[in-house]
Amino acid sequence: MSATTQTPALPAVREQLALRRRADRWVQRLITLAAVVAISLIALIFMFVGRESLPVFFSEEIHKEVTLNTLFLPQNYGIPEAPLPYVWQPVSEVPKYSLMPLLLGTLKVTLVAMAFAAPLGILAAIFSTEFAPRWLRESIKPVIELLAGIPSVVLGFFALIVLASIIQDQFQFDFRLNAINAGIALGLAVVPIIFTISEDALSSVPRSYRNASAALGATPWQTAWRVVLPAALPGIFAGLVLGFGRAVGETMIVLMASGNAAITSWNFTESVRTLSASVAAELAEVVFGSAHYHVLFFIGTLLFVITFILNWIGTVTVARLRRRLAGADR
Amino acid sequence: MKSRKVVLTVALLPAVALAAAAQQRNVTIKGSDTMVILGQKWAEVFMQKNSGITVQVTGGGSGTGIAALINGTTDVAESSRPMRDAEKDQVKSRRGKDVLELPVAVDGLAVYVHESNPISELNLQQLKAIYTGVAKNWKDVGGNDERIILYSRENSSGTYAYFKEHVLENADYYPTAQTLPGTAAVINAVAKDRRGIGYGGIAYGKGIKHLKVKKDANSPAVDPTMENVLQAKYPISRYLYWYLAGAPAGDLKTLADWVVSKDGQKVVENVGYYPLNEKDRAASAALLGGAKARAKAGS
Repeated sequence: MSATTQTPALPAVREQLALRRRADRWVQRLITLAAVVAISLIALIFMFVGRESLPVFFSEEIHKEVTLNTLFLPQNYGIPEAPLPYVWQPVSEVPKYSLMPLLLGTLKVTLVAMAFAAPLGILAAIFSTEFAPRWLRESIKPVIELLAGIPSVVLGFFALIVLASIIQDQFQFDFRLNAINAGIALGLAVVPIIFTISEDALSSVPRSYRNASAALGATPWQTAWRVVLPAALPGIFAGLVLGFGRAVGETMIVLMASGNAAITSWNFTESVRTLSASVAAELAEVVFGSAHYHVLFFIGTLLFVITFILNWIGTVTVARLRRRLAGADR
Repeated sequence: MKSRKVVLTVALLPAVALAAAAQQRNVTIKGSDTMVILGQKWAEVFMQKNSGITVQVTGGGSGTGIAALINGTTDVAESSRPMRDAEKDQVKSRRGKDVLELPVAVDGLAVYVHESNPISELNLQQLKAIYTGVAKNWKDVGGNDERIILYSRENSSGTYAYFKEHVLENADYYPTAQTLPGTAAVINAVAKDRRGIGYGGIAYGKGIKHLKVKKDANSPAVDPTMENVLQAKYPISRYLYWYLAGAPAGDLKTLADWVVSKDGQKVVENVGYYPLNEKDRAASAALLGGAKARAKAGS
């Protein structure tokens, strides 16, 4: 029967169908436009931020004050008042733009955050998928995701007033606001991300693995630790990468809780100054077009690129994981 | 017909609202965090007397205010440091007008330490040594054997710039100096840290100890009180400025004239800063008055 492939004979019906097809095509165009706008906005933001940082690479005028060398390599300023090789002090007679204290500060705070959040998030996910009864599991997930909804300024405030005092009473560090304080608060912001993705990864491991393990005589903990966790490792790794990316870009918590001192050292009990906090604190004051302005945009581009790469790795790994386990679950 | 009338009215409402907003007279003041409470108090008292004018005051640091003046997003830039020549040139090139520098109050920069600190006075060279990292321990300046913890301001702050220029003599702050967003934050931090030292405007000084400052090892130690600041005995005192683009007109002129008048200066005293002395007040009023008044004042 060819009735399904031919338009019916009645002209009114044929006209209606043609109209519907045209409307359909217009809606498709509208939706495509929405997608194009969303993607191009992100591309345009990157281009704007990148364009404002280009003078750091190419402009003669800016090179009098700062070059890629001065940003990353140790400097000898030749004056007795400036004895240290890595200094971030842009407002000065001789402006100093070394990014090393900022990069080191960001790294220190992120490492503390991951050291705090990764075990908590992964173990909580294991509990949720392997040991918790169903009713508990279904309430844990939304509650931890509530933690993700806490505004970062509230976490920063908590770290500044409460957490810093607690840590100070316990340990008596020289600096009340330090990398550990900011790192723990940052970890609180990162735990929900790691938990959610690890929980997804762990629950995607097929039932058959657990059943086989139990059949061989393993206890629930042995199954969880030696069978399920290794199987879910790619997904958990993706969660860690995404959490790392979030920690690198987080601004408000570190601005309030880290002390903002641009110290270049591996001592975690000292204050730190992160890339994001520097931009937040200083961008309001810079005069448009100055070297300081372009260096801040350079930092912005750096942050954009780092988090973009991290997010890309994380998303690709999660996609691969889902494909593999969906295929394996036969 | 009826629905069309409704649609027309609703469509015209935003236009009316827009027109009303355009009629509202606004004066924008941005800048120094040291001066923001003073600016807000001035705005409050002024708006009570002149109900048609709205004055908006924001902080952000002297650098922020000056950048806003250059970019044209504010009428007045409050600043706790003098504007640099390069910045004045930028206003001239960006907005086509000369900067009007108006001293509006006087402030002493206080140095704070925790109440339990045995030290009660320091001279300027010792302050420089402390903040540039040459003196790292309190016993180097005659106190206990403990590390000195430095508290400073962000580099957008006029207080930061003033302290760097006049006390550090343009040397760099030591990198361990923690940067805080305002004088109140510095005071809070020093109040919690018995090894801490910080600096900031006098008006906010409550809950910690002010140090007496000596110009050098042989000078007398001076307390940051009003008489000492007004008589220029206290070594670290400064003018607080309003910067305008060109001579003010209209509402802005009314506001500026009031601020340098005796009523406006009374507000300064109430907030806790120090008012201009009579000579400086007359000079500021003359600046605002224009060429004729300037000729009359002979300045």
